[in-house]
Amino acid sequence: MAELPPPTESQQVGRRLGLLILAMVLVGGVGSFLWATRVWWLPPVASQQGIEVDRLFTITLIVTGLAFIVVHLALGVFAWRYADRGQPTQRAFYWHDNRTLELTWTLVPAAVLVTLISMGALVWTRVHSAPPVGAMMVDVRALQFGWMFRYPGPDGTFGKAGTEHVNPGSNPFGVDPADPAGADDIVTKELHIVLGEPVVVRMTSHDVIHSFFLPNFRVKQDVVPGMFTTVWFVPTASGKFEIACAELCGVGHYIMRNTVTVEPTRAAFEAWLAQQKK
Amino acid sequence: MAVKPEVAHAEHEHEHPRSFWKKYVFSQDHKIIGIQYLMTSFFMALVGGFLAMLIRMQLGFPGLKFYWAQWLFPNGFSGDQMKPDFYLAMVTMHGTIMIFFVLTTALSGGFGNLLIPLQIGARDMAFPWLNMMSYWLYPPAILILLASFFVTGGAASAGWTSYPPLSALRNAVPGSLYGQTLWLISLALLIVAFLFGSLNYITTVLQLRTRGMSMSRLPLLTWAQFITAILMLLSFPVLLAAAIMMLFDRHLGTSFFIPGGLIVGGQPVPHSGGDPILWQHLFWFLGHPEVYVLILPPMGIVSEVLSTNGRKPIFGYFFMIGSLASIAFLSFLVWGHHMFTSGMDPLLGTAFMTTTLVIAVPSAIKTFNWLATLWRAKIRYTTATMFAVGFISLFVTGGLTGIFLASPAIDIHFQDTFFVVAHFHFVMASAALFGLFAGSYHWFPKMFGRLMNERLGKIHFWLTFIGVYATFFPMHFAGTAGMMRRIFSTQMYQFLQPLAGLNIFISIAGFMLGIAQLLFAYNFIYSAFRGPKAGSNPWQANTLEWQAPSPPPHGNWGATLPVVHRWPYDYSVPGAEQDFLPQTAPEQAAPTALGADGAGSASLQVKPRGEEA
Repeated sequence: MAELPPPTESQQVGRRLGLLILAMVLVGGVGSFLWATRVWWLPPVASQQGIEVDRLFTITLIVTGLAFIVVHLALGVFAWRYADRGQPTQRAFYWHDNRTLELTWTLVPAAVLVTLISMGALVWTRVHSAPPVGAMMVDVRALQFGWMFRYPGPDGTFGKAGTEHVNPGSNPFGVDPADPAGADDIVTKELHIVLGEPVVVRMTSHDVIHSFFLPNFRVKQDVVPGMFTTVWFVPTASGKFEIACAELCGVGHYIMRNTVTVEPTRAAFEAWLAQQKK
Repeated sequence: MAVKPEVAHAEHEHEHPRSFWKKYVFSQDHKIIGIQYLMTSFFMALVGGFLAMLIRMQLGFPGLKFYWAQWLFPNGFSGDQMKPDFYLAMVTMHGTIMIFFVLTTALSGGFGNLLIPLQIGARDMAFPWLNMMSYWLYPPAILILLASFFVTGGAASAGWTSYPPLSALRNAVPGSLYGQTLWLISLALLIVAFLFGSLNYITTVLQLRTRGMSMSRLPLLTWAQFITAILMLLSFPVLLAAAIMMLFDRHLGTSFFIPGGLIVGGQPVPHSGGDPILWQHLFWFLGHPEVYVLILPPMGIVSEVLSTNGRKPIFGYFFMIGSLASIAFLSFLVWGHHMFTSGMDPLLGTAFMTTTLVIAVPSAIKTFNWLATLWRAKIRYTTATMFAVGFISLFVTGGLTGIFLASPAIDIHFQDTFFVVAHFHFVMASAALFGLFAGSYHWFPKMFGRLMNERLGKIHFWLTFIGVYATFFPMHFAGTAGMMRRIFSTQMYQFLQPLAGLNIFISIAGFMLGIAQLLFAYNFIYSAFRGPKAGSNPWQANTLEWQAPSPPPHGNWGATLPVVHRWPYDYSVPGAEQDFLPQTAPEQAAPTALGADGAGSASLQVKPRGEEA
């Protein structure tokens, strides 16, 4: 029939398509990933859990990378090789069922996935395990479009807080002035933590949902109004890192930035905290 | 179960000339309704694609002066520059339009309507009037949605996921003032349209199959549409309920999704007792099945196109049906993987990780079965075939990145970054689009009786395939580096500074991809009027629609309904004269056949494949 592509054209298109899949998708895909590890990769890691998450990421990358290579190799070669060559003797192979093959590609992916599930579950459970006793506590408030932090002070206990106590000038955090536990609480504009010391971050929001994102620490936790969410982690590098909002929260979502400073020693941290009291 | 031919026949006898309005506008003919759905979806794709171009301009070239887009959206720009609230409105509307108003409507509404009755040998849908209503709820939904760009505050801007309280509090973001209300009403209308459609599809497939068309002889595309319809019928009502609850929260003072003690814009919020996470559960209970609503019909299209043009039976027919069904079932159990960092109990995270990785197994089965179908095939590279092969590549690439996101510990870093954007633009958006293109090129004769231009079609394929990879693959790197979704600009953050060049590259690739689609629009419209006339079966295919004239008349079949004798994939049967045996070919048409396992057993007992079920 006239509408069908002439067989010679099919052969040519098949060769081009096969080549494109092998060159652009396979070589280009794998190559650009290797290139990206040097220029656009995970931000430098600065926490214990980050090291574990990165390891899991690398393992998953290798496993999925192998699957990517195998499938695209087959797809490229088949697309090229099995084009209509226009020979009358060429006939497709009448073959449509094979129990062994079906079971193979059911069970092999299943086994790989079960392995990945188990490894993922271990890391996830550790990330969300109970924090060590005596860990440093920080209370976080998110609001359009910024962050506030509160340290419990010498008594180690946070005073009650709520939006009913908020005064934009004198008490933006909403600490309850009637609660004695809150008298020594220290509200700060930046987050400081100590190298090697676990820190528990408890957070809630004054308005909409935000997300507390520390790219270097592989920490991300939605900050939800009306409830507390909690994460804990151990910083493994000192220095200043960025805090971003990762959940769409309004017009200023893109400017909702802050910083976290990992102090090299407890003494340096205490010195900073003492300054904040004024 | 098949209806007696005489019954369906009766209607045909009464056919009389119809007015233009009844024939092409308020039509109850499934083919016209399918074309209406498809053309309207293409119009919406232009709108959604245009918004994507504006998004990429802002991300690639921050601070760019938009002299030309201002006349269209006068409120979106100030001092020639885009305003952040307008950016959010575009992100929201791009997602909403592409998911609900393009891919769902085109693939399910368009191809479902066009092909289900034809493939099962019926004269029309079970409920033609309901079918007409289903389409005619769609344009009003579009009008309401697009009108929201021009109300005070602009269009909805809380993302296509519309998480409250941002979406529920009218002063939380400009788009929540009025735009969000219009968004909710528009979506509610469209959901009703989908429910009408899916009820119709399910009934039609169960009740109107012609004689001999057992369920085990249904083409995979119809299987996919049937299962998709069940998914839609079970999942969309949940979003409808949630949308109505949010309308109540916004306008009638209820607090389903709004907790107490909030301060927005310096004002205390007079709500208390609600839970913002509840919306996320309701939304994703629809939202995840929805992505399979988008991808199952393309899977069906690809199976048909590959088998027909590979001149080879689809490999593992029953495994293909089984994997469609198990994907559909599991899709109701995985919604929580969108919520690993939401504050949901971490134990649930483990459960949802398990169900999510399990759903990868049937997806792998399908992929390998398509590869086995291509092995030792004799592939005729029509444009549709090229898009079908491209679909496999995109589906695999996007599916594999899903394995990262399904693991909650890894997802901590990747949630709400461009890695997620890259993932779903491959596996759901581009793959579904490739299915849509493959279907359009392949079944164009059944719409207009003509063929699309193959030369233009092939250029369209090359540009689109390269464009999709160039645009979306680098987004993985932006996400790995931590770039958040839905941010107006990356300039505030030091850790995003190295991505400026990458974002320029993505934008330029995106513009090329966008422009290439105009080739398709031109080809589609030109070919509908001027394309070469197609015979009834231009691709030498087996399924029933190719036994009807191109385009099929009202009522589809002549005086008698076709009778089915075999499964749809008897291509290259050894010993048969031609390399295809239509489903209507009587059993003796295949003089010899290999054993059902295809291994070449010496059995002389000839049994067409469908008989064994």
